[in-house]
Amino acid sequence: MAYITPASAKDPYDVIVIGSGAAGGQSAYTLTMEGARVLMLEAGRNYDPRSETPMFKTNDQAPLRSAGTPDKPFGYYDATIDGGWAVPGEPYTNASSERGRDFKWWRARMLGGRTNHWGRISLRNGPYDFKPRSRDGLGFDWPISYEDVAPYYDKVEMLIGVYGTNEGLENTPNSPEGVLLPPPKARIGELLARQRGRKLGIPVIPAHRALLSKALDHRGLPAKLHPGNAKAQRILTEDMQSRAACFWATDCGRGCAIRANYQSTTVHLPPAMATGNLDIVTDAMAREITVDASGKATGVAYIDRTTGTEHRARARVVVLAASACETVRLLLNSKSGAHPHGLGNSSGLVGKYIMDTVGASWGGQIPLLEGYPPHNEDGAGGLHVYTPWWLYKEQLAGKLGFARGYHVEFGTGRGMPGYGSYGDDSRGSTSYGRRLREEARRYYGSFVYFTGRGEMIPNEDSYCEIDPKVVDKWGIPVLRFHWKWSDHELRQVAHMQKTFADWIAEMGCTSPRRPGSDGSKVIEPGGSIIHEVGGTIMGADRAKSVTDAHSRTWDAPNVFVADGGVFASNADKNPTLTIMALAWRASDHILSEMRKGNL
Amino acid sequence: MLAASAGVALARGMGQIDLRVPGSAPSARDGYGTDPDIIRTHAPGDFWPLTLTRAERRAVSALCDVIIPADDRSPSASALHVPDFIDEWISAPYAGHGADRTLVNAGLAWLDAESRRRYGSAFARATDAQRLELCEAMAPEAPPKSELELPSKFFRRVRNLTMVGFFTTPAGMKDLGYVGNVPLARFEGPPADLIARLGLADEVAW
Ligand SMILES: Cc1cc2nc3c(=O)[nH]c(=O)nc-3n(C[C@H](O)[C@H](O)[C@H](O)COP(=O)(O)OP(=O)(O)OC[C@H]3O[C@@H](n4cnc5c(N)ncnc54)[C@H](O)[C@@H]3O)c2cc1C
Ligand code: SF4
Repeated sequence: MAYITPASAKDPYDVIVIGSGAAGGQSAYTLTMEGARVLMLEAGRNYDPRSETPMFKTNDQAPLRSAGTPDKPFGYYDATIDGGWAVPGEPYTNASSERGRDFKWWRARMLGGRTNHWGRISLRNGPYDFKPRSRDGLGFDWPISYEDVAPYYDKVEMLIGVYGTNEGLENTPNSPEGVLLPPPKARIGELLARQRGRKLGIPVIPAHRALLSKALDHRGLPAKLHPGNAKAQRILTEDMQSRAACFWATDCGRGCAIRANYQSTTVHLPPAMATGNLDIVTDAMAREITVDASGKATGVAYIDRTTGTEHRARARVVVLAASACETVRLLLNSKSGAHPHGLGNSSGLVGKYIMDTVGASWGGQIPLLEGYPPHNEDGAGGLHVYTPWWLYKEQLAGKLGFARGYHVEFGTGRGMPGYGSYGDDSRGSTSYGRRLREEARRYYGSFVYFTGRGEMIPNEDSYCEIDPKVVDKWGIPVLRFHWKWSDHELRQVAHMQKTFADWIAEMGCTSPRRPGSDGSKVIEPGGSIIHEVGGTIMGADRAKSVTDAHSRTWDAPNVFVADGGVFASNADKNPTLTIMALAWRASDHILSEMRKGNL
Repeated sequence: MLAASAGVALARGMGQIDLRVPGSAPSARDGYGTDPDIIRTHAPGDFWPLTLTRAERRAVSALCDVIIPADDRSPSASALHVPDFIDEWISAPYAGHGADRTLVNAGLAWLDAESRRRYGSAFARATDAQRLELCEAMAPEAPPKSELELPSKFFRRVRNLTMVGFFTTPAGMKDLGYVGNVPLARFEGPPADLIARLGLADEVAW
């Protein structure tokens, strides 16, 4: 089995997986390693990180010094293909263009999806995060608890490799001993932030990122991940040996040719392919899930993007992993006699409760960090430390004026110079000649930048639906978004900015700007943090949710949602590790139901 | 990678966001498209034609070299081909670049006209002292007088582009003391004497 064309699909398969990102990669991995025959449909083109990653390229070798453009919004070298805030030929719409009411949707069309360029920040949800309503009466509880997911967090961390430490902080779970890889040393600006943060009661600890700070234990891990499965162990042993450890250079956002960080294309798909159980069709845009008269899925209808023709593939089970909103679109476009309002939509809740992460930032210039001796600060191509949410007690005591917390991500140090790195107009200097040269050298590396990443509470006004008028270039109806923040999010961003400004002052900034207190002016637009989840939320009651505790749609017994769609809340923790843990868990359930003959 | 404010690209690899062009439609037809060959090394002019006239090019070179002249650490901006980059930038077929093109064309016209009015010759032919004098006029510390608004906006933009063009070259990176982009067996963190000087020894916990 291999990369195939629509014509060579050998259906029926056991499972069709739609999408090849974090959710699709994890699903295909778990299913094929345990013996299921899987067809993966991916809308984007094939992509090989080993030959296509621009390792070590400098910005002067790229057009426009690799600055972002509408074609490549995060820069020329960013590992996003045919995507960004807009995908050619595949529009989406917003019901309102008012500030604070619109939604930005970042997509990629490539094998591996957005896992090729994501930030690799991999945080576990804590126990509170699965039962938020029980704590403060807002939003929804999940039908599962931390204990249900913890074994899957362990497995995903062991498989992909995550660096970090166990600090035992509130609602910030430890991993079992020996699971995490050692964290990289903190950079100088990170150490200074840690010292000054302490004066404000703010903890700074090693970040958790999906990156091999040392090679994986290929002797011990495969047996833990696939007990009793000799073939899977052999494949994984070999594959883990072929992943190099990080060599502390090159930006992870470009992808990693040596496979030292997690991308679906470097971690999930190679062993899945090696099983012989996986077929992948790329350029395959799923349009609709096909069903029989009883409403059970029979397979998927999809468009071959290279020819524009439609094909059908059949399977016993369909797993949706196209990313939360795209999954909503597929379900709503799958109308039939049995599912007149779209598949899974008997509750009317498909597309409801879309959540993103709450984001705001604040930066400053730190004289203490001027002109320090040159040394290599590239490190793990991303952040080394972070601050987990630390004000649980104050929040519980009602002192903050908003529910739910945020964590803090850091930017410091001397990265490779690029567009916007230093000496920008906004510092107001108009120097030139010798003075400019002196200032550039002095200020380079002296900035600190704090970014808040907070929890949004699901609400009735943030959702997506099918736009009745607009179709994409394949004729498939597109999504229309509706968005609204509540006061909780707006007060939260104001709190973020005030905290960051205090922190920057504590670090010795001599010209601090003070933020305003109106959160609506500074909150980043919905979707722009690219942590969109929800839309097919899981629950214990089929009238109030789309999927059950195993990520299965209530309405069709053989349709599962593996992506962030099932999130019933969106903790401040970046979602992808949880997506993978839940995808593994859902796949385990599929395997056991198939073995029992129930699927 | 966030918006174009100071300190932004410092937050590298943080999974952060560039909000400069949300939602705007890609221009695959005119630009380099959404799937260019990012492995190949590109030079200005590869993707779209450069548009500065020869005279404009001379003025830009002269201006770049007032902004970043040669010194004992590294060559001048024009010696590192920064004018090629500025030409590429203002000639790019994207909306934001179009606005820069309009600004730079108007600024260059002002610069030559003003140079002729004051000294009887185009900016590129003016003496070093005259060029400095003109830059001083465009770059006042205080907010510019209204008749100088356009020249000063033009100057700040060219100044910024010159810095970007210059400090992204190998010589420019070296000038700043960027010593990364090389594979290492271990990541050592900051040097011990720097940690000690800043009083941060207690913070080294891992
Ligand atoms: C710059 C950036 C930084 C990020 N940083 C982090 C981070 O540090 N930590 C974190 O947790 N998260 C981060 N994220 C978010 C993370 O990328 C997503 O949560 C994750 O990729 C979601 O996985 P997914 O499989 O649901 O979707 P995706 O990775 O988007 O994959 C979905 C795939 O499905 C395909 N597809 C879509 N529709 C169809 C269709 N109809 N038919 C067939 N295929 C289809 C797509 O082409 C795509 O390949 C970041 C995202 C970005 C963009
Ligand atoms: S920093 Fe390490 S993991 Fe990231 S791209 Fe470079 S080598 Fe790979």
